[in-house]
This record gives sequence, C-alpha cells and structure tokens, in this order.
Amino acid sequence: MSAVKRKKRDGRNRARFASGPTGTVLRLVFSLAITFFGLLFVTFLIGRVLPIDPVLAAVGDHASQSTYNRVREEMGLNLPLWQQFFIYISNVLQGNFGQSVLTSNTVLDDIKRVFPATLELATIATIIGVVLGIPAGVFAAINKGKWPDHMVRVIGLAGYSMPIFWLGLMGLLVFYMKLDWVAGPGRLDSFYLDYIEPTTGLMLVDTLIEGDMDLFWNAVSHIVLPASILAYFSLAYIARMTRSFMLEQLSQEYILTARVKGISEHRIIWRHALGNVMVPLVTVIALSYANLLEGSVLTEIIFAWPGLGLYITNSLLNADMNAVLGGTIVVGAVFIGVNMLSDVLYRLLDPRARR
Amino acid sequence: MSNETLLSVKNLEVTFNTPKGDVHAVRGVSFDLGRERLGIVGESGSGKSQTGRAILGLTAANGKITADQMTFHDVDLANLTPKQWRKVRGARISMIMQDPKYSLNPVMTIGDQIIEAYREHHKVNAKEARHRAIDMLDAVKIRDPERVFNSYPHEVSGGMGQRVMIAMMLIPDPELIIADEPTSALDVTVQLQVMAILDDLVRDRGMALIFISHDLQLVSSFCDRVLVMYQGHVVEEIKASALHEAKHPYTKGLLNCLPKMDGDHSDLPILEREASWAEG
Repeated sequence: MSAVKRKKRDGRNRARFASGPTGTVLRLVFSLAITFFGLLFVTFLIGRVLPIDPVLAAVGDHASQSTYNRVREEMGLNLPLWQQFFIYISNVLQGNFGQSVLTSNTVLDDIKRVFPATLELATIATIIGVVLGIPAGVFAAINKGKWPDHMVRVIGLAGYSMPIFWLGLMGLLVFYMKLDWVAGPGRLDSFYLDYIEPTTGLMLVDTLIEGDMDLFWNAVSHIVLPASILAYFSLAYIARMTRSFMLEQLSQEYILTARVKGISEHRIIWRHALGNVMVPLVTVIALSYANLLEGSVLTEIIFAWPGLGLYITNSLLNADMNAVLGGTIVVGAVFIGVNMLSDVLYRLLDPRARR
Repeated sequence: MSNETLLSVKNLEVTFNTPKGDVHAVRGVSFDLGRERLGIVGESGSGKSQTGRAILGLTAANGKITADQMTFHDVDLANLTPKQWRKVRGARISMIMQDPKYSLNPVMTIGDQIIEAYREHHKVNAKEARHRAIDMLDAVKIRDPERVFNSYPHEVSGGMGQRVMIAMMLIPDPELIIADEPTSALDVTVQLQVMAILDDLVRDRGMALIFISHDLQLVSSFCDRVLVMYQGHVVEEIKASALHEAKHPYTKGLLNCLPKMDGDHSDLPILEREASWAEG
C-alpha cells in the first residue's frame, strides 16, 4: 500500500470517527472542557483583580509584617501568576475551593449544603412552569385574539410585572398566616430540623429515603409556596414563548397538509405543531431553569430558604472571596451543564440538527 | 370515462376580510367535474389556488366562502361540520401541495406521515399500515422505499419529496385529487417525471384530478379540459385538445406568449389587458 493511499484511508477513518456517535460525545466533552477552562480563567482573574487582600482577610488587620509575609507565602501568592493559576485549577478540579471565612467550613461543604436546596426549589418550579406554561401558551395560540388568549396574556404580564418580594410576602400573608394552608419559611418546621440525615440534600428525597411520611409532607408544605411563586414567573415566560412559537408553526404549510389528510385538530396541534415548537422551546426552558438554579436571592431571603443565592449574597456582603468564587464556579458549571443538556435535547427533537 | 358528475360548483365566491377592506379572490366560479382531469390555469392572484382550497374547506380563517351550490356526490360541501369535513378530506378529496420543502413536517419521518394519512381513514394495525406505505412509496417509483420510509423530509431531494407527497395523498384512495402547482418548485427535468407518475396513478385508480397551474402547456398535455381564470373569474372553458381554438383574448394572449421552438426568433408579444375581462 502506498503512503498516499494509507494517508487517504487514515483521513477517511478520522472523518468517520468524528461523525459517529462516539465523535459527537467526544466533541461535546471537548467543548465542555474548553468552556469550563474559560470559566476558571475568569474566576481566577476576578479573584486576583478584586481589591480584597486574601492574606489580610485571613490574618486580620493587626498581624505583624512577618506573619503577613509567612501567610502570604503559605497561600502561594508570592509565586508567578501562571503557577498560581495552575495551582488554582488543580485545587478546583479536586473540589478544593478553600475555606469560607464566614462559616469556617470548607466552601465545598457549604455548597454541598446550599446547592441541593436551590436545586430542589428550581426543579419543582420549572416542572410546574412547563406543565402549566406549555398548555397555557398553546391554548392562547389556538384562541388567538379571543378571551382565553387575553387571559393568558394578562396572567403572563402580571407575572412579569409583579415584584417577587411583594408576591412572596403576600403569599405568606394569605396562605400561611390567614388561611394556614401551607407552612411558613424554611425547609422544614424547626423542631424537625436535626431529624433528617442529608443523604442527597434534597429534602423531599431524603425524607422519603428515611420513610418518614410526616416529615415528607412537612417538607412539601414548606416548598409549595416558594416553588409556586418561582413557577409563576417561569410559567409566564414559557407560556408567552410557547404562544408565539405556536402561532408561527400553525401558519406553516405542513399544517395545511395535515388538515388536507383529514386528521384531527387535536393531533395537528399537539403532535404536528408542538413537535416543531418544542425545538426552540427547549432552549427557552433550559435557560429559565438555569436562571433559577443560580438561586433566586429575593425568594430565598423571604422564605429563609438556605440556598445558593442566599449563600453567595451573604458571602459577597462579607467579602468572603473563596465562597463567592466557589459559588460562581458552581453557577457557571450549572449553566454549562444545562446548556449542554439543551443541546442534546435539541438534537433529539430536531432531526435536521443531527449530523 | 363515465359522465357522472362528481363535483358540482355553482357561483363560488371567496372573500377575504383584510384591514384594507374585502378582497374578492374568487368571484362566481362555476364548473362541473366528472371522472376527468380538469386544468385550472391563470396567473398568480387569479384565484385558482383559492378555488382549490375552497373545495376542501381550507380557506384561511379570515376568508369567507359562499356558493349557490357546492356538492361532491351527495355531500353538500357548503355546510359541513368539522367532523364531517374530516371524513371528506384525505379519504375522498385530497390535495397535493406545492413545495415539499415546506409541506412536509420536518420533525416526523416520512413513513410516519404516510401511515398517519392512511390510518386516519382505514382501521388497520401498524404492521399492515407500514406495509401499505412502503408499497405506495414503491408505486411512486422510489427505488429504495425502506430507506425513504425511515428518512426525514430534509434528507430527500425535492423531486423525491414531491413523490412522497403524492404517495401520502393517494394512499387513502380518494376519488378526487387537487394538485396545486405540484411541480412548480421542482427542476424542469424532474417536473415531467413527477407529472408522469401522478398521471399514471390517477389513471390507474380512476381518480378525478383538478390540476392547478400557471403553465398552460403542461396543463393542456395532462388534462382533458381547461378552465382559464383571470381576476377571480373563469374567462374561458375549453377542451385541452382544442386550445388553439381559444376565443377569449386573454387565453389567446397567454398562448402567444409561449416561445416557439421552430426558429421564430421575433420578440414575444406583451399581453395587453383589458378592464372588461375582470367583469366576467
């Protein structure tokens, strides 16, 4: 076999390798790694640029110059910047984000505690938003210009314009204080708090693992109000986007084809049109989910919800840089992850995007 | 060819309510159709496509259809409930759309879309339906029906897509096919192939055909009779074989606009329109 021929075959093999399912996964992993590297680079720079001296934060204002210098060397801050960056990356990859000054735990332990609280809230809110928002948007689109459409639009607009802290307080006032339908702030009633072993950190799951139904229903009763309020906002957004995507699809030619075939209006809307609506909608839902996962500070404050938003905000107000940067990395990683997920879903839903 | 009347349309009017006032797309079209192939020719905006859509009750929501009579066999097409329409559409009257790039659902496989058309009107199991669909793809001369069955619309060419369209619309075995510019989106070389396939199937199955096109030549070679439309009116009805005897100046003008192959290189005449044609 001549060298040219061999080279040609290698090229073809490589092409096949890069286009197969393995290739897709590898490319996905590669772009994930690149993005994550960029994220670390940015957080590292922020940490070095901010006018907060980490040495001073550790030793206090009254330490002597020699102590200051010793700690500075211990922290590796005397090394060249590129070396510091490598140390930083290897630390982060080992899950070592440093110590939080505020809580005196490792940042990793803190995040393990607060992130599940946010994850639980965001996930339930997004599920409610999707389950109610998509049908509401479809319903509005197929009744365009009639009262169901106006109703969905008014509800959506209200969801957009009402400040969340007001809605949260009103929710507590009505459903907790006056009607006593739901439990108050926090994730569980306070006398239950130490009963539960944080296996996953998700209260609803942990209580089920323990098999304690009383605790489970207590957790449900606590999460239902903040989740509904967050869900309202994501519902308003999802319904509005669904409506406009749906209107666009319903005017397409293939919808007329489906009508010519004599199939039911129900099937035309929910199978033909919605199948196409889901393609752009998946990105919308993913972004709204990612936004919620960042932690909604106001909701978490009002409902005393020990989540990521509250943690990062508190750390920021106390110049607790390790915690802030750790939190930022988690938020960034979540965004990358959710974006990847929506990419994968996009490919599954739209055959034109598969290669 | 029997002379029984399948479709009878008398004084059909289609009016669209737009912010700028009413637009009369079709004004008083009448014709009877037996088991024959009828061509409707006209320029864009002449109302030929809207005539076809009105027969299927698929005029856009802001349009209004009125007719003294619009019957298909004994079915009064002017007064059907949505449920009754669904028994007519696909099963008895079907329509081939213009451009397969837009008229096929991009996220459903071709097979699923054909099966859906068939199972809507025939109660068969999935296996039988699949078998039928593949036979039908074979009937429209697709060489590799199994592969096309599992493909998505973007994975096949325009000519192939239009064959899929024909297969999908013919599979429930309707009595009348309306073909709305079925080859206009295709390459010239593919146009005749697709027309030939459609023509064969329509003949074999004894279906009636309404062939809507702006191409007078194409229509006259595939149809028995031609309606010439202008501004919503039928200005002339003529046998396809007698096209050269056309009396209406518009039809004559259209025929004169066709380039000749016999070496006459003089400039083509420009069609001079007269306002009186639009009054019908």
